[in-house]
Amino acid sequence: MPLIKILARNLFGHSRTIPAPVADQDAVAELAGRLHEHSQQKLGRSLRIREVDAGSCNGCELEIHMLGNPVYDLARFGIDFVASPRHADVLMVTGPVTTNMAEALKRTYDATPAPKWVVAVGDCGKDGGCFAGSYAVVGGVSAVVPVDLHIPGCPPTPLALLTGLLALLETQSD
Amino acid sequence: MLGQFSLIDFLSSGRRVEAHRPWPRFVLDDAGWRRLTHQLGVSDWVVLGLWADAAEVHVALHDEELGEVAVASMPVAERRAFASLTAIRPGVLRLERAVQDLYGYVPLGLVDQRPWLDHGRWPRRAPLSNSRTPPSVEPYRYKFLPVEGEGLHQIPVGPVHAGIIEPGHFRFTCQGETVVRLEQRLGYQHKGIESLMAGKPIDQAARLAGRISGDSTVAYAIAFARAVEAASSMEAPPRAVYLRAIMAELERIANHVFDFGAVCNDAAAALVLAEAATLRERILHSNLEMFGHRLMMDRVVPGGVTVDLSPGQAKALFNLVTMVRAKAETLFALYDNMPSLLDRTTGTGVVSASLAHRFGAGGFVGRGSARGFDCRKTPGYAPYDDLDFEVPIHPSGDVHARLMIRQDEIRASLGLIEQLLDRLPAGPLQNPVPTRGGEGMALVEAFRGDLLIWLRLSEVGRVVRCHARDASWFQWPLLEACIEGNIVADFPLCNKSFNCSYSGQDM
Repeated sequence: MPLIKILARNLFGHSRTIPAPVADQDAVAELAGRLHEHSQQKLGRSLRIREVDAGSCNGCELEIHMLGNPVYDLARFGIDFVASPRHADVLMVTGPVTTNMAEALKRTYDATPAPKWVVAVGDCGKDGGCFAGSYAVVGGVSAVVPVDLHIPGCPPTPLALLTGLLALLETQSD
Repeated sequence: MLGQFSLIDFLSSGRRVEAHRPWPRFVLDDAGWRRLTHQLGVSDWVVLGLWADAAEVHVALHDEELGEVAVASMPVAERRAFASLTAIRPGVLRLERAVQDLYGYVPLGLVDQRPWLDHGRWPRRAPLSNSRTPPSVEPYRYKFLPVEGEGLHQIPVGPVHAGIIEPGHFRFTCQGETVVRLEQRLGYQHKGIESLMAGKPIDQAARLAGRISGDSTVAYAIAFARAVEAASSMEAPPRAVYLRAIMAELERIANHVFDFGAVCNDAAAALVLAEAATLRERILHSNLEMFGHRLMMDRVVPGGVTVDLSPGQAKALFNLVTMVRAKAETLFALYDNMPSLLDRTTGTGVVSASLAHRFGAGGFVGRGSARGFDCRKTPGYAPYDDLDFEVPIHPSGDVHARLMIRQDEIRASLGLIEQLLDRLPAGPLQNPVPTRGGEGMALVEAFRGDLLIWLRLSEVGRVVRCHARDASWFQWPLLEACIEGNIVADFPLCNKSFNCSYSGQDM
């Protein structure tokens, strides 16, 4: 039966998970600058993330999904995605913010209890990217909510996302 | 038979437009357009797209029996209205509402005139038109359809959804666990891409086209490139055409594999997703090594492709195909051996064949409901006319059927890549794109189904107007139909089995 064979292979065979990478040092630097603005409450080594697509092309979502796969295995670092902003420490926002999503993004941010951090994902998350200037686009994520960390890329690779999130973990868990 | 015309014969009563390729475009007057609306009640012609520009409204039609494709246009600049086609072709309802949102042209006779993409938040209304309509004073309150009955309650979901997914609003009306109605409100992802493309040089517009829906970046890039090449009366070199198809089939496989796992995960079979996601990761890693980008963005350009495959890479790709084939079969066997999973997917989310045909739904949604349309076969495009593959069709229209279609397409695509590698022609990677005006159209089979791009180029090689019609326009409405009578808990299964594009539909 395939199910038992697969479970046996996964338990006793060679792991497909990549070794833990080093946190992105540029990201650590960017975050260190903002740390003093947040409460010093310790979150231990765990982060809960609420993902919000504020207008992306879905490319970033594809790579964020890959973080959960056995190769990157985000959960081994104590980082997980949650269904509600009310359960979240971090908002991970993709896309340029469209006019049609600006209110939803703001309300999601307001519903996230402090202390909270916002990670803007992707080149268009930074400043609207190739969509900047459209009548339907407000701008990057920082045009609507305060942003603590930008992870650049189009889309950022899972490794770039992971090292960015590890930087967040590193700067929060002293 | 009385009343039956060939599409082109019928439209020839209008004025044929020069420099529209590869299919003809005819301009009809008001009476001609009304005759078309009547003829559509008699003939089976499928609507491939409906859009507007500063002067005209256009509808692309396909006569599947005779294999003819044509565009019919009607001037609307003065009257700013056109006879609606929705009553005889329900799939165009939202396209007509979108035309009204973007240009202000009124679809006459259309019962549902609610704004679709326009949420009342743009800085101006009818943003693609030249009219200076002031913005809405406040955001629109969307009038969802009224419901009557005992013991009904509503569940609003979105735009921010619980998972890692694009935004959209779903308004469920339920009686206990059973969904009585689902109504969608989309448009949250609208970025005004068509307005951004207007006036841009071709290469910049191509980058935007590849980001209309990032998961179909290769298919969109191919469609945009082919439309530009048609408008410019040129072709990409054969090696580029083959490389484009290799990338397109890799995109199809990677998406289908992940979808397969994601649907099973929504029925709590997380192991299937773990295996599927690992397989997708192997493919994306290979894409990075072969083509320099995991999703292969910006590798297909008008005129050809920007990357080549060395003989060593071609060999590695052959090996990848062999590995993926074996792993995919393990995945399919896993699904097949989980009766509790099969119990969730069979009989759930049924789309009738009749609805699939009436809406012109393509992709795995259409083919899972017995509608066998695949635009790689008809009208077809290079290099698929040279290749050997079958289009799978399933009659049952449920979640299981849409998974089986993906399964068969993964197998077919692996075979296609082997054929493409085997017969990869030598030669240049790009042909220069001449700078000349013209109109071009292309139909390409993305992993979700057929997508259409139509564009007009200026004499100096800039995009005047580009319209992209994602496969999902004709699939989203069917999701509303398929959930009726199912339990709320089965909605994620149904939604993932459709995996419609929000960003692609919203433009």
